[in-house]
Amino acid sequence: MANTFELIASSTVGSGGAASIDFTSIPSTYTDLCIKVSVRNSSTQDQVIMKVNGSATSLSSRLLYGNGSSAASASLTTGYVGTSVNSSITASVFNNMEIYIPNYAGSSNKSASSDSVMENNGTLSYAVLNAWLWSNTAAITSISLSPDSGNFIQYSTAYLYGVKNA
Amino acid sequence: MAAGSTYTPIATTTLGSAQTTISFTSISGSYTDLVLVLNIAGVSNAGELLRFQVNSDTGSNYSATSLANDGNTAASGRISGSTWAYFGGDNQGVKTGTSLATAQFMNYSNATTYKTVLTRFNQAADSVGSVVNLWRSTSAITSIQVFLNTAKTYTFSSGTTATLYGIQAA
Repeated sequence: MANTFELIASSTVGSGGAASIDFTSIPSTYTDLCIKVSVRNSSTQDQVIMKVNGSATSLSSRLLYGNGSSAASASLTTGYVGTSVNSSITASVFNNMEIYIPNYAGSSNKSASSDSVMENNGTLSYAVLNAWLWSNTAAITSISLSPDSGNFIQYSTAYLYGVKNA
Repeated sequence: MAAGSTYTPIATTTLGSAQTTISFTSISGSYTDLVLVLNIAGVSNAGELLRFQVNSDTGSNYSATSLANDGNTAASGRISGSTWAYFGGDNQGVKTGTSLATAQFMNYSNATTYKTVLTRFNQAADSVGSVVNLWRSTSAITSIQVFLNTAKTYTFSSGTTATLYGIQAA
């Protein structure tokens, strides 16, 4: 029986940290992509940025987030895709994020839906819903995830899955 | 022994022309949950919510609680006794550009519980939101109809894709 949800590539950050987690040469044989992420930043910033095909333009995000006390929303043009965990948070805490990109190899602008959370046992926490858009009709062949500042630290992981609709 | 397929595509459609309703019918009851993924190329008219009904039920059997934003303000809302359920977003409705919506129909095939549907709506140029919907029927879900305005006259643009997946718990 054919696999519908298939691992394409995985990445685990080593002891030196990593400026980004990159998936390259993504085959066009799937319908959608799903990335499951667990990362922590070395800096005091806590954003994860997603860029595709090496492009830093035509990116937009609309997010809704709660921090345990209030909810708020924002719009960004940096490629923001979700919340991470920064260096001020309790050790061993990493984020949890899923990014879903439908029709990544098609000829329409590329949308993504992402949910990310960071829980810190009663102190700062975030739950974020995010809509991400790359206003470009090119097929996605590479994806780069990076922190908005610093590096991803050791034990950060990301798994890229391909989803087939037939 | 290799495990059987857990996440199975049931049906998929890509619109070759504008269409008012996207439907999945004769849905098999052999899965545990359903996942619907909509990649909307555009809509004919802005300003309407992205709605759905199940089993062609047009009665006042739907309710929902939502969380949404418009890039400036976060808001939560409720509807009850509604004739439709929906995917989320702010109350200004879908804009005409690209959008992405997903729905998870939990335990859709049992004949003992009301049906819960978790949805997400994403439109980077407009809003993002999440909704928990309830269909007050114990019937198994056998069809899904997605549409825009309640008169079902607004259209989804050509190039819009919709895929229904089945998830098996064992």
